[in-house]
Amino acid sequence: MARAVTPRRKLINTGLAWAIGLLIFFPILWTILTSFKTEAQAIASPPLFLGFDWTLENYGVVMERSNYARFLMNSIIIAGGSTVLGLIVAVPAAWSMAFVPSRRTKDILLWMLSTKMLPAVGVLYPIYLLFIQLGLLDSRAGLVIVMMLINLPIIVWMLYTYFREIPVEILEAARMDGATLKEEVLYILTPMAVPGIASTMLLNFILAWNEAFWTLNLTAVDAAPLTAFIASYSSPEGLFFAKLSAASTMAIAPILILGWFSQKQLVRGLTFGAVK
Amino acid sequence: MSFRNALRAATALSLITASGAYAETITIATVNNGDMIRMQGYTDDFTAKTGHEVEWVTLEENVLRQRVTTDITTKGGQFDIMTIGMYETPIWGANGWLVPLDDLSAEYDVDDILPAMRGGLSHDGTLYAAPFYGESSMVMYRTDLMEKAGLDMPDAPTWQFIREAAAAMDDPANDINGICLRGKAGWGEGGAFITVTGNSFGARWFDEEWNAQFDQPEWKAALDFYVNLMNDYGPEGFATNGFNENLSLFQQGKCGMWIDATVAASFVTNPNDSTVAEHVGFALAPNAEGVEKRANWLWAWALAIPAGTQKEAAAKQFIEWATSKEYIELVAAKEGWANVPPGARTSLYETPEYQDVPFAKMTLDSINAADPTDPTVDPVPYVGIQFVAIPEFAGMATEVSQEFSAAYAGQQTVDEALAKAQAIATEVMEAAGYR
Repeated sequence: MARAVTPRRKLINTGLAWAIGLLIFFPILWTILTSFKTEAQAIASPPLFLGFDWTLENYGVVMERSNYARFLMNSIIIAGGSTVLGLIVAVPAAWSMAFVPSRRTKDILLWMLSTKMLPAVGVLYPIYLLFIQLGLLDSRAGLVIVMMLINLPIIVWMLYTYFREIPVEILEAARMDGATLKEEVLYILTPMAVPGIASTMLLNFILAWNEAFWTLNLTAVDAAPLTAFIASYSSPEGLFFAKLSAASTMAIAPILILGWFSQKQLVRGLTFGAVK
Repeated sequence: MSFRNALRAATALSLITASGAYAETITIATVNNGDMIRMQGYTDDFTAKTGHEVEWVTLEENVLRQRVTTDITTKGGQFDIMTIGMYETPIWGANGWLVPLDDLSAEYDVDDILPAMRGGLSHDGTLYAAPFYGESSMVMYRTDLMEKAGLDMPDAPTWQFIREAAAAMDDPANDINGICLRGKAGWGEGGAFITVTGNSFGARWFDEEWNAQFDQPEWKAALDFYVNLMNDYGPEGFATNGFNENLSLFQQGKCGMWIDATVAASFVTNPNDSTVAEHVGFALAPNAEGVEKRANWLWAWALAIPAGTQKEAAAKQFIEWATSKEYIELVAAKEGWANVPPGARTSLYETPEYQDVPFAKMTLDSINAADPTDPTVDPVPYVGIQFVAIPEFAGMATEVSQEFSAAYAGQQTVDEALAKAQAIATEVMEAAGYR
């Protein structure tokens, strides 16, 4: 029998959840607040929370100094392109592993995941040389491929988990009704796995958006995304925290808005199959 | 198409082709330092003079270092000009990775570059990077607090005097630390500072046979002095403080003294950012009594051309423009003499207007007091003051500085840190075949 939740306990749980939520969000909040301070206010001690002269000057300086639209467009193309390409590869792969498993399926899954355990810097030079040979340095196409390959194991794993939750009998019924493999995947499996696919897409998009090793090392001007935009405001010799915060806020704002509007799908997808 | 239109089209096409042949777009990798950002703002002046466009890739120092190193070692060709320092230049020049700057124009006046800078950016007498701005390190102190303490800062203080002054100015009740110094791990952060402090106590990284020297009494004396000084009069958590943290403390009036890069002088005397701008004095970096070497380093952010670039001529034109006397005059006219890139040209320090800048003389004296080819009391087989100009240094010195920072934080003793530093340096040098 389920235990009744008392109002007091509910209040405590809610308060605790809010406290943890605020704690997690605080660095982002502080970054946003700092972006509206002067450089002197940004380093003031004790720190100024809300009682300072709010200014938009940092945003003006950042907009004047950097081509924000170009960085933003590159982020959208790289994150979006790698997500779409990743799904095109991952959906059939996850389907075959979930519904037509072989003796080695578990090993393949584990092997795919093991590529995530390799430190990225370990393959920087081989990838860089490959990019030089293929003429892909500082190109969006190159970054789309790299981002797709980096996140592919996670996409396949997530989709595999979601597909495993779908009763195989439904697919068998479709086959008996004469559905081809393509129709089975497109019209039966995909619609049923929409929450899972949506959350996988979102997670992949966020991961690709935030990735800051390959995007910094393989780009210069033409394909540089928002991670490079933020990095250009970090300085070891000079206090530019307010401008750095403005640049960071501008870089994370699109993904924050996207996450805010899709949080229901994201949570639903991430907890899909968690309780059986 | 009529004959007239055809003629117009042909003329337009030839003009476009002709301009395309001369006008290039060069890509420059640089750091996000104040002087560099200012230079980006004047790019239009360069474009107006030469027709060449400039694309900037601005990165944080450590990211830039990794990025340009990857590109130059793989001949990636992503950049036509790289902003590099005194550590990389002689090593990369020796490897043939940089275009020699031995054919700069007569108007550029290469002999006007400060000798210390020219020497540090050359290999075998050939200049491989042109200094955009240069720096040494010096003492920045609060004149009002010194006066209150009844002390006079000499132009060339000793460490013993610095300790005495720190004790006199230290005022925990008013949140004033006697002294602020770097302690943050990293070869270019706390590692640089403790290396020059070691030099000023007679220590050195290696003897002439590349044997590590951290087991020698000079290092023990230097590290003991630093730890005791900072524990007694330094800010809390100094083990994680670097340039920016100390700049922030000093600007807020929380440091009696700060020994760091000369380039900080323009920040701490800028009334827009600094609460103590009117009360800052300067002195040479200190030495231990009886030791001839002072704790001042030498560094330059310089512009170099990677070998293999297709736009070498345009890149050289840019370097000549950015590091010229004319560029300095351009900045002075627009933003005042205190904001020109310092430490690169002799003529700047002969300019009467610049001589009025309060930190100009001490910056020049500090730069002149630093000799990368003779950095220590005892002879060494390497070039470099706050670094050892060998490829293995960056990784090794970062590890060593992490051990030192752990000692600053009280996680281990000075003796333990020195023993680990000795083991690290010995192992690296043996593995690299120096011994």
